[in-house]
Amino acid sequence: MSLDYLLDAANWSLTSPDGFPQRILEHLGYTVLALAIAAVIAFPIGLLIGHTGRGALIAINLGNAGRALPTLGVLMLALGLVGIGLVPVTIALVVLAIPPILATTYAGIQSVADATVDAARGVGMTEAQIAWRVEVPIALPIIIGGLRNASLQVVSTATIAAYVGLGGLGRYLFDGLATLQYDQVVAGAIVIAVLAVAIDLALAGAQRLLVSPGVDGRGAGNRPSTVRPEPQPEPAG
Amino acid sequence: MSEIWRYLETNADDVLTALVQHIWLALIPVAIAFVLALPLGALVHRYVPARHIALTAGSVIYTVPSLALLLLLPGLLGTSVLDPINVVIALTLYSLALLVRTTADGLDAVDTTVLQAATAMGYRPVRRWFTVQLPLAMPVVLTGLRVATVANVSMVSIAALIGIGGLGQLFTRGFQLGFYLPPIIIGLVLSVTLAVIADVLIVAIQRGLTPWARAGAR
Repeated sequence: MSLDYLLDAANWSLTSPDGFPQRILEHLGYTVLALAIAAVIAFPIGLLIGHTGRGALIAINLGNAGRALPTLGVLMLALGLVGIGLVPVTIALVVLAIPPILATTYAGIQSVADATVDAARGVGMTEAQIAWRVEVPIALPIIIGGLRNASLQVVSTATIAAYVGLGGLGRYLFDGLATLQYDQVVAGAIVIAVLAVAIDLALAGAQRLLVSPGVDGRGAGNRPSTVRPEPQPEPAG
Repeated sequence: MSEIWRYLETNADDVLTALVQHIWLALIPVAIAFVLALPLGALVHRYVPARHIALTAGSVIYTVPSLALLLLLPGLLGTSVLDPINVVIALTLYSLALLVRTTADGLDAVDTTVLQAATAMGYRPVRRWFTVQLPLAMPVVLTGLRVATVANVSMVSIAALIGIGGLGQLFTRGFQLGFYLPPIIIGLVLSVTLAVIADVLIVAIQRGLTPWARAGAR
């Protein structure tokens, strides 16, 4: 394996439209856009289902069906329906990201102990207060775990944007493959993997900052009863 | 709709070939990973250091994007980029990462008093493992197998981007024909149907292997 392309300083120029910095920014752009839209759609639905317990079966089945959808096929279908551009790529990535976010939000909210919710109700909290100030903070480690799963899948799948003429790090894979420049393919693959790890670490850091010390066991009381295992990761797209 | 049927009629052979290739490419890795995961999961269940190594290795594998892995493997193994063996190895790695973990979780979940009872009844370790511990761990192990299978069926399509067979080829065909929808829709429907059938089959196997779960159901 040759690392020539990856280590060539010319490819790291900040101004070059085909350099790594520019491609990384594009790739991050597709990823963050898709994750944000998916979270805006999936989080409220998961919260509502987890809080009320209604519609759980439908949500789980839809989520599973979503997982079975090949993203490449969804992308091609979206391209056929709305034409070429950023929109179909975003649609495909959003469809990919919704199931893990929805499933873990629902599972996290639902796993909050009944006694805790009853206690919150008993001290006079409204349903909205219970959801926002009790259930969400306690479920946050699981919810962020789902977001991390989704981000891993979206980062790796955003490479397909390059297949349909957009930018992002997939460019190196497809361009290198088309011109048989294997060192370019290697460079792209390594940068994507490193980016995926970096995003995962950033979200892990966010998890540490956002999750209350009382919830994840770092608090003085150290009551393990509310610590829950993180959801299992899923294969990257 | 009629366009889809016409496409199916004229390209029946191609679609069938793609479907069969897809089944092989998706299921062989799951089968290999399942066989390897049982001993590895047992090891992880038993030795704490092995657990740390396995879980770390698993999360590292997950962060490597499938398309990147498909393109890196030829360089590491010396195989051709177009060799389906790359797909099999890549998907085996992903499946293994998941299944070792769920196998260990399943074995962890077996009640130790049940194992002690088996020992007291005279079960030797090997027989106890195969006839008591493993069957009781099966529900959790098979749940992991379901996730791995469904994920594999949808992931194989990516291989078409680098020219390897499977239903993903119907997507790239639609792309090359200027986003011609019939092959794309056929590929999507077949892929999802395949995932659902595989999932239902594993649930049926699970019901067959764990008759006590039904007997005890309230």
